Amino acid sequence: MITAEQKPIDEIREMIGPFKRILVLGCASCVAECAAGGEKETAMLGSALRMAAKMEKKEVVIEEKTLDRQCVNEFIVLLDDTIDQYDAVLSLGCGAGVQAVADMFPETPVIPALNTEFLGETKAQGLWMENCLGCGDCMLYYFGGVCPLARCSKQLFNGPCGGSVDGRCEINPEMDCAWQLIIDRLSRFNALDRLEDIYPPKDWSRKQGSGPRKIVREDQQR
Amino acid sequence: MSHLKQILEKGEFAVTAECGPPKGADSEIVLRKGDLLRDKVDAVNVTDNQTAIVRMSSLAACTLLRGAGLDPVLQMVVRDRNRIALQSDILGASALGIGNLLCLSGDHQSFGNQPQTVGVFDLDSIQLLQTVKAMRDEGTILGGDRLSARPDLFIGAAANPFADPLEFRVTRLAKKIRAGADFIQTQCIYNLDRFKTWISTAVDRGLPEKVYILGGVTPLKSPGMARYMKNRVSGMDIPDEIVKRMEGVPKEKQREEGIRICVETILRLKEMPGVSGVHIMAIEWEEAVGEIVERAGLLPRPGF
Ligand code: SF4
Ligand code: SF4
Repeated sequence: MITAEQKPIDEIREMIGPFKRILVLGCASCVAECAAGGEKETAMLGSALRMAAKMEKKEVVIEEKTLDRQCVNEFIVLLDDTIDQYDAVLSLGCGAGVQAVADMFPETPVIPALNTEFLGETKAQGLWMENCLGCGDCMLYYFGGVCPLARCSKQLFNGPCGGSVDGRCEINPEMDCAWQLIIDRLSRFNALDRLEDIYPPKDWSRKQGSGPRKIVREDQQR
Repeated sequence: MSHLKQILEKGEFAVTAECGPPKGADSEIVLRKGDLLRDKVDAVNVTDNQTAIVRMSSLAACTLLRGAGLDPVLQMVVRDRNRIALQSDILGASALGIGNLLCLSGDHQSFGNQPQTVGVFDLDSIQLLQTVKAMRDEGTILGGDRLSARPDLFIGAAANPFADPLEFRVTRLAKKIRAGADFIQTQCIYNLDRFKTWISTAVDRGLPEKVYILGGVTPLKSPGMARYMKNRVSGMDIPDEIVKRMEGVPKEKQREEGIRICVETILRLKEMPGVSGVHIMAIEWEEAVGEIVERAGLLPRPGF
């Protein structure tokens, strides 16, 4: 899923400063799972902003709503009837959600309330780990299911570097060395010989070489 | 073009040293360091923004040293340049008369004075080795385009016998040789027992027949430096007895003790099968190199 964290409240208040009628818009998908932009967090942010406005005796209307998915038009159209009541949307969607709402309502400023971070896994309660960069050409087979791009600090394809000690990464001893994990997993499957070959330079054009990416699936189009 | 290559091919025990370029545009500092090392070593490695701290470029400092009659080893890290810039600098280095290139991943940007930058890591060090080799031996760049003239380079790589996982360290050395390394310079050696284990595994696999291995040494200046390197530098293995030796002498004798440990290490390395030379990394202490080389009985160096 896509992970995100809420921006500092002062930064949010500065961005919404000029507006009088604000829709605080949550998303019940990824950002709800990582407790950043779901219904609960949207309600909490809405009331914090109302409280702050009241303390400063500012006349603003702040209302909340949460869509099932903020990055899919079918759900965004549900705002059609009410959007005109607001002069700005404060979105708790990921970066894609913010832009999807802005695309649908070009007349309305849409402001991000979150910092979108990475494609990650919920490792434990309150712990999310980055483990995919969306490189467009998945190499997990070769590396025993551990991504050297997302999880090795130096993105080594032929690691480990000379700083791997006791299974820890040289950048930060709190972090696992991805290459130790790769070697451990491949040896468990008797596939360590896969690492004898030199892994060739990555084709980054699958990620960023031709500008913004898109997926076109004619079989899905109506 | 490479003096280092000639020395090693003749079967001489080679000596290289490291020179860190200044944090400024002063060519005199580079030339002064060059003077300290002249006739003491066979080649001089010039670091490439080591520990991710901005310094004069390795290519520029190598060119200055070359002009002063030394044989520079251009260190090149993949942290700061993508494959376009790397290949272009390789051609430029050869055109400027630089004969040796050491391919490295580089210290992570979070350690240096530009922690907000982006690390490039388009290629890794092994892929860089392979790229340089193809440029030199096939006359092609990545993707297959042909060069109008091939770079003439003696290609090096680093190895750390002290990092984990131990069993995989020799596999990775073999991979670097297959990728194109002609010579290897190792991480600083203080734990001679572990180094011996590593080099004998390499010897068992016949690797020193395919590559020249230069053992790395760094003279310690103080017990504080020993403790710092032991505890804070990942992949550095300093046994307690070395720290104790440094602690056991009065302050004014500490540098002498550091040099003594370094000389003893070199003498042990000289006797070890599979070791073709030493690489002396006297960090901001290039003055010490001449004395170390002399006391290790490695002077005079064979001339050009
Ligand atoms: S190899 Fe690419 S697609 Fe696969 S996990 Fe890593 S970044 Fe994601
Ligand atoms: S210690 Fe491991 S994870 Fe960290 S940079 Fe080196 S190889 Fe990558």
